[in-house]
Amino acid sequence: MDALLFLTFAGIAVLCAINLVLQTHPISSALSLVGVMGSLAVLYLLLGGAFIAAVQLIVYAGAVMVLFLFVIMLLNAQAERTTSKSAMRAWVSVPLLFTFVILLASLIIQRAPAGAAVKFGEFTGGSVANVGRALFTTYLLPFEVTSILILIAILGAVVLARKEI
Amino acid sequence: MNFYIVTLIKTGLIAVVLLTFCAYLVWIERKVLAHIQLRQGPYRVGPHGLLQPLSDLIKLVTKEGVIPANVNMFYYLLAPFLSVALALISIAVIPFGPVVEVFGVQTQMGLTDLDIGVLVVLAMSSLGVYGMVIGGWASNSKYSLMGSLRSSAQMVSYELPMAMAIVAPLLLVNTLSFREIAAAQEGFYLGFLPKWTVFAGPFPQAFSFLLFMIAAFAETNRVPFDLPEAETELVAGFHTEYSSTMFAAFFTAEYASITTICCVASLLFLGGWHPLWPAEYGSDFVPVVLFLGVALILFFHAAQSVRARMWDRFTFPVFGLLMLGLAGLFLVPLLKPLLIPLFWFAAKTGLLIFIFIWIRGTLPRFRYDQLMRFAWLTLLPAAVVNLLVTGLAVALTTN
Repeated sequence: MDALLFLTFAGIAVLCAINLVLQTHPISSALSLVGVMGSLAVLYLLLGGAFIAAVQLIVYAGAVMVLFLFVIMLLNAQAERTTSKSAMRAWVSVPLLFTFVILLASLIIQRAPAGAAVKFGEFTGGSVANVGRALFTTYLLPFEVTSILILIAILGAVVLARKEI
Repeated sequence: MNFYIVTLIKTGLIAVVLLTFCAYLVWIERKVLAHIQLRQGPYRVGPHGLLQPLSDLIKLVTKEGVIPANVNMFYYLLAPFLSVALALISIAVIPFGPVVEVFGVQTQMGLTDLDIGVLVVLAMSSLGVYGMVIGGWASNSKYSLMGSLRSSAQMVSYELPMAMAIVAPLLLVNTLSFREIAAAQEGFYLGFLPKWTVFAGPFPQAFSFLLFMIAAFAETNRVPFDLPEAETELVAGFHTEYSSTMFAAFFTAEYASITTICCVASLLFLGGWHPLWPAEYGSDFVPVVLFLGVALILFFHAAQSVRARMWDRFTFPVFGLLMLGLAGLFLVPLLKPLLIPLFWFAAKTGLLIFIFIWIRGTLPRFRYDQLMRFAWLTLLPAAVVNLLVTGLAVALTTN
């Protein structure tokens, strides 16, 4: 059952990701990204990270992507058009893509512990209490540094958006 | 196997009850609004317009579904489906009563109980905006697009104070599962004051309740925050180009999310299915007295000889007898543990839904800049301060 769900949602995620690149209209691309994020949330849930799954839906799918859509609609972006067909594009992009995929695969194979396959339902430390405890004890410094970083980003946005006096 | 059968029965029951209630909520809303404005409201279809929802349904289903020429077909058809599906999902984590035994099967009232129940409701409510945004954009009409734009900005802005208002009572109950939240609010202070989070120490959550309800109005697009469908300026907002069943889907979604959010409010702040005062002082007899009172009023009106409409001479006594029967049901010892928690839960949720309708009949709509300023400059700081005060109070009283 778990393997079936994993295959289904991993398939949806990959299909949505491919669709994201293929679509020409920015709104369709953004909605495909929502699909990717939604299926990733299900994958987190399958791996036992219930809290992360919910936060993925609330923050990424529910807030970040809604703002993306808002901006795309506000600017009234039209479907993109290919203007100049550069001959270089086909010659450079395909080898580059393959190099990137091979690099990524080799990195994953190197870093992943050998012989330790993922088992569904094995990890049980993903509850809200566990995540909260880990954030406020073991990872307190990264947590606080991240929040300061976000604060700086907000201040930067306010400075940029401020009216000139 | 038993689990699957029980779950299937419960799913069917909840789906039927919820959808019927959504249909009748339209009737209730029209009646209440009418009486606020000194009108009669729906009166023609059935006694006191009671069959109006049924006729509305038949009308909506049999009408021609017009699809405008230049819509983006896939997203145009996806939007109402998405809207109604996301609005109906979150009822699955809402418990309606304690664990009960029916026909020898022990089961909880409500579909499921998740450790992250509150987060699931928040996630579904934040995803619900996609139905509106996609629908408005795919309609290829300027009014729909304006509605979509407004709804996306409004939802993101009001989710923040809503989440913060929810966190404050969670600090008192220390769990995210709705069943445990309700269980934590059982019992009474000094033998009479219920331990609901609106009353509970160390810091009563009445202010969070107010903040939550304001944000809930915005999240469900109700007056005074119904900018996405402001009919005076945008025809009908995001669903201008929709007709027939797709229009009905948007409306079902709206009323289902109102019902869910009121259930959440009564679980988080008003103690769920726990009564207002202890059973020793006779809180079990409240439904009996209430239904008896309604029955008496109906019989009194039936006895008045001058009536505007013929059928009132028959319908009043019939409904009076129905109410008498209901009052009697609450006295049967076998049904008591099932019905009395359900009554309290329904009473609290119903009261909150009534407030939703009442406000619609009372307040005018916000202007758009007022709406945004209110969210970011009033509601959010208030929610932050409320959260900090609650946190301080909890930290000082627990060791």
